[in-house]
Amino acid sequence: MSIDRTRSVGQPLIHDSARGHVAGTAVYIDDMTPVEGQLHACVGGSAITRGRVKSMNLEPLRAAPGVVDVITADDVPGQLDIGPVFPGDPLLVAGEIEYRGQPLFAVLATSHDLARRAVALAKIEYEEMVPMLDLARAIDDAYYVRPPHRLQRGDAGAVLKNASRRFQGELRVGSQEHFYLEGQVSLAIPEEEGGMTVYTSSQNPTEAQKLVAEVLGISMHKINVITRRMGGGFGGKETHGSPWSCIAAVFARRNDCAVSCRLSRRDDMVMTGKRHNFLNHYDVCHNGEGRLEAIRYRLAGQCGNSPDLSDAIVDRAMFHCDNAYYIPDVLVDGLRCKTHTVSATAFRGFGGPQGMIAIEAIMDEIAFRVGRDPLDVRRTNLYNTTDRNVTPYHQRIDAFSVPRILDQLEAESDYRVRREAIRAFNRRSPALKKGIALTPVKFGISFTVLHLNQAGALVHVYTDGSIHLNHGGTEMGQGLMTKIRQVVAEEFQVNPDRIVVSAAQTDKVPNTSATAASSGTDINGMAALNAARTIRRRIVSFLAEKYGVDESEIVFLDDRVHVGDRTLEFGQAAKESWLGRVSLSATGFYCTPRIHYDRAKASGRPFFYYANGAAVSEVVIDTLTGEFRLLRVDILHDVGRSINPAIDIGQIEGGFIQGFGWLTCEELKWDRDGRLLTDGPATYKIPAISDTPPVFNTRLLADADNSEETIFRSKAVGEPPLMLAISAWCAIRDAVAAVGDYGFFPELHAPATPEEILRAVDGVRGRSS
Amino acid sequence: MIRFLLNDQEIVLSDFKAQATVLDWLRMERGLCGTKEGCASGDCGACTVVVAEPAGEGLVYRSINSCITFLGALHGQQLIAVEHLADGESLHPVQQAMVDHHGSQCGFCTPGFVMSLFALGKQPPPSGEKEHRDAIHEHLGGNLCRCTGYRPIIDAALASTAIRAPDRFDRKSCTTRATLDRIRSEDGNRVNGGNLADPSKFLIPRDVTELSRACLEYPDARLLGGGTDLALEATQELKTLDRIILLDRVTELLQVTESGGWLTVGAAVSLSRCLELFTTRYPTVADLLLRFGSRQVRNPGTLGGNIANASPIADLPPVLLALGARITLQCGDNQRSLLLDDFFLDYRVTALEQGEFVRSVSLPLSAPGQFFRVYKISKRIDDDISAVCLAVNLMFEGEGQDAVIRRAGIGVGGMAAIPMRAPACEAAMVGNPFDESTAAAAADAIAEEFHPIDDVRASAAYRMTLARNLFRRCLLEFRGSEFPLQVTDVH
Repeated sequence: MSIDRTRSVGQPLIHDSARGHVAGTAVYIDDMTPVEGQLHACVGGSAITRGRVKSMNLEPLRAAPGVVDVITADDVPGQLDIGPVFPGDPLLVAGEIEYRGQPLFAVLATSHDLARRAVALAKIEYEEMVPMLDLARAIDDAYYVRPPHRLQRGDAGAVLKNASRRFQGELRVGSQEHFYLEGQVSLAIPEEEGGMTVYTSSQNPTEAQKLVAEVLGISMHKINVITRRMGGGFGGKETHGSPWSCIAAVFARRNDCAVSCRLSRRDDMVMTGKRHNFLNHYDVCHNGEGRLEAIRYRLAGQCGNSPDLSDAIVDRAMFHCDNAYYIPDVLVDGLRCKTHTVSATAFRGFGGPQGMIAIEAIMDEIAFRVGRDPLDVRRTNLYNTTDRNVTPYHQRIDAFSVPRILDQLEAESDYRVRREAIRAFNRRSPALKKGIALTPVKFGISFTVLHLNQAGALVHVYTDGSIHLNHGGTEMGQGLMTKIRQVVAEEFQVNPDRIVVSAAQTDKVPNTSATAASSGTDINGMAALNAARTIRRRIVSFLAEKYGVDESEIVFLDDRVHVGDRTLEFGQAAKESWLGRVSLSATGFYCTPRIHYDRAKASGRPFFYYANGAAVSEVVIDTLTGEFRLLRVDILHDVGRSINPAIDIGQIEGGFIQGFGWLTCEELKWDRDGRLLTDGPATYKIPAISDTPPVFNTRLLADADNSEETIFRSKAVGEPPLMLAISAWCAIRDAVAAVGDYGFFPELHAPATPEEILRAVDGVRGRSS
Repeated sequence: MIRFLLNDQEIVLSDFKAQATVLDWLRMERGLCGTKEGCASGDCGACTVVVAEPAGEGLVYRSINSCITFLGALHGQQLIAVEHLADGESLHPVQQAMVDHHGSQCGFCTPGFVMSLFALGKQPPPSGEKEHRDAIHEHLGGNLCRCTGYRPIIDAALASTAIRAPDRFDRKSCTTRATLDRIRSEDGNRVNGGNLADPSKFLIPRDVTELSRACLEYPDARLLGGGTDLALEATQELKTLDRIILLDRVTELLQVTESGGWLTVGAAVSLSRCLELFTTRYPTVADLLLRFGSRQVRNPGTLGGNIANASPIADLPPVLLALGARITLQCGDNQRSLLLDDFFLDYRVTALEQGEFVRSVSLPLSAPGQFFRVYKISKRIDDDISAVCLAVNLMFEGEGQDAVIRRAGIGVGGMAAIPMRAPACEAAMVGNPFDESTAAAAADAIAEEFHPIDDVRASAAYRMTLARNLFRRCLLEFRGSEFPLQVTDVH
């Protein structure tokens, strides 16, 4: 791979849509010029949490202004269940209602507003059943959406039994709403011979294609799904983007017209899944210097009403409850608990954060117990690549940049000096206390479901030297299109401006995986590179023969092709190849090598490699009110050899702040009846501009590499930085501990809202008085 | 009929629904889809547009949330949307800075940020780096971004709004001003000359005579201040608002006067203007106002609206209650003035009679011996609603150690169904020096006096602890400390 002569890869190119974004000309689905006769769908949800419909009178809807059609489950022509992996997600409820707001019917009207107004007119009688709403009770009742799974290495039970330094703990980890700024939206347009074109804001066009085909009862080849860009996804449009395509398609088929289905913010928050909240229990033992001896975990995820992706999500929580630390004897039980709440789904980190935070809490508690700086305890427990190098799932760590990252970050952030200064401040400051923490991240890269680790691409070179690039990945703001354009530009050694990246489209590149698991650039970049390489080889071979030179004498450089001592413009080379009847279009394919996992044995190598990083956060809390602020954040992150440092830094900073929101101000609340109370931005608070720390230093680890042969030796960056924010949560606890002069280990759960922080402060006060 | 400028184009609308929003009009009627709907409740800023209106000799530019702005409110204004900023092929400096600093990722919030930056760039230049950063936070606090973490947007703002190079809008400002003046001099949806036969659903009275007549004629009409709450009835609760009376063109309701130690502020004076008024008079209230909604809410939002709306968690009523403010109501030609305490009757119920409107609010100016503080506690610093708001107004007699509280006004929000004073708490403080035991007595009295609400924002127990602890903070501030006492004061 030509990594020495780069002109595109490694450059901080601007996002390929940046100009469109700022000018308001980048088109999102609801911005598309309406198709003649286009109508609007709105979904009506259940007003009860669990039970059945006794009677449903939708006549008032049909009579409402602008209403054209109304459907229920009976009107779905094909398959009703749209569960992505396992059944359990009816498009519209036919049997038991399993959460409040679950779609029961849908209305089609001449405007979005009229459709919404009509929905409110439904007269429904219910037969209510007692819902399960409490995670702790679901654990006790073994009420699951999927069976438990166990990871095990050594004999944690025996070690714990004989341990002299042992403690148990319980940690509540909160849920999180994606709050993509663009809500769920799909537009279905009927085509001739029963076909359908669907524009959707989805991370998973292929799944939308499959499900639309299934609910219509027709073949996938009749459906073309197109996604140019999303206004944010974060996992929330991996599986939960598809229902709205299906609703739109059913209406479009019945009424033979284009149908848009766009969720209002409230419907979006009520009807689509969120991050799994977890209740983590741990039993830990360690030696006198704070080195772990054994941990026994029970990680219980609240999955909501259906399996959705919860099997893989709870697995990933289990795969990350070691984070960067070697646990000699370990046993991890992962529970997939069922509740009558909307099915929890993918969210940046995919369970990883909920597992990782547990061991970071454990590190802090061990440090407190042995009286050492938490950073020293963390170091003591780090994996290495020689003897302490086997994960709870028996994958060997053979490359590990965390030790180097910690050393460099500790020095660059003045961690020790600041820690002392904070202690001095806290001794005298009456109301405010500061805290600091440095935490690492080790995040496994690959879909843990093996077959998803594949990707395709399609590259065309035109006779004027312009290039069209298509691949299976979707753009949700992460800069995927920009990066892959750089990859193809690199292969041809041309200016990236020559290359247009087109919408993900299932009739161009089929059978794609969701753009998820941080894998977008890794797998689609490789597929695109392979496609480009195929075309380049064809051009080389043709020109070598035509000009009678050896293939090694043909060099692509600076938008030109050097053929011996001749120089052709890239476009000229393309045109000559075309005249020579050489195909300038190629597909590319890639599947991640070296990964395997035997789930029955809970053993294997599920991850191709690990992404690493670390952060130091300094916070201040108000011990009278629980208010907090992030004062300074220093991040050092390993992205291998960055394809685009500006985009990577954007992912790191954005991921950090999103994680900070998850662990602090973002709190989802349901009432006792299962009604979501935080159903809009007035009550659900994601970080705003004042939450960005005044000092925010983000650096990429220099001289980094990826020991695995990834795309230009880069590393995935989508999800891992979110977990850097665990440092802020740990720093809050450090600040709370100051209230009791560090004599008590504060009990703190997540999210650490002001109310939770004040509860922790009062807990310490209560113990120290 | 209303008239306004869409960028340079004069728009005349005679047939529109009273509750039609600017956002829907832009997107659906004009096909200008650069302005996005993120929430339709004024909480995310994706729909931010800028309106220019005559002020002094020139124009003033204000960012607003188009999703909760009724179309009729644009009468006599220039509406500027994201599509209007670029000058041909060349982006506006704020747009270019967002590109150069990688300020967009998914791009959906970007047009809103661009418009807020544009509005920021039209304000007087900041005096220094800190003031510049503060202004950026103030202008962008109502724009949510889920992708970037804001750092690159802050950098773009620092780079593009420090200097004031004239843009296309500045070059055309004289023409724009002249057009707006002409539009405003002509009749919009006026209630003129006693002729109320106008079938319009959106009335724009220009003085209190017209207003009071309209209120009597249409007792069911809804009074529109900034609409930042009223509009939610249309966009969130899907209610139909048949008739609306716009308040912010009523001359008398925009007046501010100062006499005899009292400041009188017209009911339609915007919260942004209030912020300016309080900066020198009651800096602690100005600080509170910086956290009142967002810039896009403070620009159209009015003082009168925040009171008449009678929300238990409104930010200003506790302040005004503590200060002993009076409110002037008018019905027909009759005015009456009452203590604000007597205005709030029950949850969302006020002393306003049918056909009556809030004309102005009067509050005493700060005086020697006064110690005044207001605290707002919420989950998030920017654009959040308070769990508890506590205003403490203490008048002291005597000097130094001997100073004794002569009068106390305690206003609380979030602790009951209405904003309230805390008489028992006030009584516990009066006659005593402000010390540990007085603070404790005040806290105990609050605990005795209130049974706070338990809702999505905070538990009753937390609210109670906050209310108690805030007296402790107040005492620390009264005594002065070498240490910062609020997290926002740590730098």
